[in-house]
Amino acid sequence: MAQVKLSNIVKHYDDGTQVIHGIDLDIRDGEFVVFVGPSGCGKSTLLRMIAGLESITGGELTIGGQLANDIPPAKRGLAMVFQSYALYPHMSVYENMAFGLKLSGMKAAEVDSAVQQAAGILQITHLLKRKPKDLSGGQRQRVAIGRAIVRKPEVFLFDEPLSNLDASLRVQMRLELSRLHQELGSTMIYVTHDQVEAMTLGERIVVFNGGYIEQVGTPLELYDRPANLFVAGFLGSPKMNFIPAKVESVYEEQVVLQLSDGALMQVNARSDSLQPGEQVTLGVRAEHSTLTSAADLEPNQVRVKVALVEYLGDSCIAYVKIDGMPEMISVKLPTENVMLKSGDAGSLYLPANRCHLFDSAGKNLSP
Amino acid sequence: MKNPGKKLGQLGQYLLLTGLAVLCVFPFWWTLVTAISTEGNIFAFPPTFWPQAPSLDNFIEVFRSIPMWLFYRNSLIITISTVFWKLLVCALAAYPLARMKFTGSKLVFGLIIATMVLPSEVNFLTNFITLTKLGLVNTYTGVILPNVVNAVSILLLKQAFEEVPQDLIDAARVDGATEWIIFWKIVLPLIMPWLATVGILSAVEAWNEYIWPSIVLSKPESFPLSAGVLYLRGAFGSSTRVVAAGTILTIVPILIAFLFTQRFFMRGMDGAVK
Repeated sequence: MAQVKLSNIVKHYDDGTQVIHGIDLDIRDGEFVVFVGPSGCGKSTLLRMIAGLESITGGELTIGGQLANDIPPAKRGLAMVFQSYALYPHMSVYENMAFGLKLSGMKAAEVDSAVQQAAGILQITHLLKRKPKDLSGGQRQRVAIGRAIVRKPEVFLFDEPLSNLDASLRVQMRLELSRLHQELGSTMIYVTHDQVEAMTLGERIVVFNGGYIEQVGTPLELYDRPANLFVAGFLGSPKMNFIPAKVESVYEEQVVLQLSDGALMQVNARSDSLQPGEQVTLGVRAEHSTLTSAADLEPNQVRVKVALVEYLGDSCIAYVKIDGMPEMISVKLPTENVMLKSGDAGSLYLPANRCHLFDSAGKNLSP
Repeated sequence: MKNPGKKLGQLGQYLLLTGLAVLCVFPFWWTLVTAISTEGNIFAFPPTFWPQAPSLDNFIEVFRSIPMWLFYRNSLIITISTVFWKLLVCALAAYPLARMKFTGSKLVFGLIIATMVLPSEVNFLTNFITLTKLGLVNTYTGVILPNVVNAVSILLLKQAFEEVPQDLIDAARVDGATEWIIFWKIVLPLIMPWLATVGILSAVEAWNEYIWPSIVLSKPESFPLSAGVLYLRGAFGSSTRVVAAGTILTIVPILIAFLFTQRFFMRGMDGAVK
């Protein structure tokens, strides 16, 4: 059993700074969970606390049903892959992978068998005699993963393992990690600041901000139903558009908003806490809005002017501006039949059922 | 077209460096010329810079007059032992100061650094009394013991340990390494250039040290080279050429060792000045 449970986990430093604020989280056996958040949000600190490399100031950490707060790192049944790979430079690849096994008292023949097996899984058998300095970045990363695999841990911990790789290698290694998870079936906790990695790798994502958990859910849950402005803006590329608005009128499960140029928008939302005149934020993803050249405005449409267009090959991103709003709004469009240029006028359609409404505290009121 | 002012400046730099090099090398060169020559006035001014009637007779005379091989052996024993124990003890002192958190670590480090302002001669009397109480006078242990700890060595090694990435130590902890294994198998091999630097500097210091061995040791057969070679002055009151030859024979081994190990020294100092 490799369930990891965090109950009210708290972390203070000696100078009194609190960096983790009462984290509660249940990670199921065999689950691939991603901790994501901006730099300094506490995700790596929490991972190190699970690993035993940082002390836990308060709360309980249980691994496989056993309280693990005071258990040394090597005895927690974990293995960790570091951002910098942390390969011992003076040892060969074989020696790096065998180091932990030898320390545990394993016999030489068993050590050799374990190392060869792990090397085979990661296709690094031909690298066993080399030193880390003679390896490429991707090879070093495989060795670091191999060093973790040989210990047959119950839980794998990954601390931003792909951030030192170039873009194409990162994509390749992401697929490798997914394949590895399917093959081994082990519990994996993965820390990253890259929301693309989070969305593609995680069975569940935990979004951190300032030492708090903002939201936990599957990638699609977080993408389609973000709990607040922070989660909505963090996940998705391009970032969700945030349009300041004022509540015009409130109905049951529906709210009418007025934008900066006076245009009215109807949004599906829980309206019980809203009052007319209240300042709110309308959120809409780039791929959910539609840009037309219609001169007459239909309901939920607003006049816009094209500021610039980015062509990505299979699609393009048009950045438009609403009168009275300084920020640009991104609209994702198919490349075919798009002949937009800067300065073009048009109208932007925001579907009521695809918009999100955030109150003044940033909480999502969408049903 | 190159700036003539810049050329002049470069010429000035070369002249200054050449002058400084000559100042450093001249005493050794003069001693070597004196040792190799068998004719001429040693104390003539201006001095002669080239050997006159060169020969190895003075060097042969040194080996005839005093037990040079015995003195070489003694110097080797003292130097190798000093280097070994100094590296071990200073590394063990530097590691916790660099990588461990404990109450009073800053105070301890401050006190160690404070000892750098004291000249070594200040400790001679105290150390000699301590050796007397311990029964270590006239022993190699007595010569070596006060020299196995040195603030400069601890400072250099502390800096070296601080350069080791924390991730490596964390990875070793997750692998199950104890603090001793982390020190011995992970961190120490990574600071080899620094250890080489401290080792070379310690070897040169121990090989050339004269005053302390002369204080501790009273039996001539246990003298290192630095003390033993002065018997040449006693045996041949005015044979300056033989004394010069003895001095060259004292310097040359450590000079050769330094030249061969220079690359380790420079590699270590690269990290020191980063």
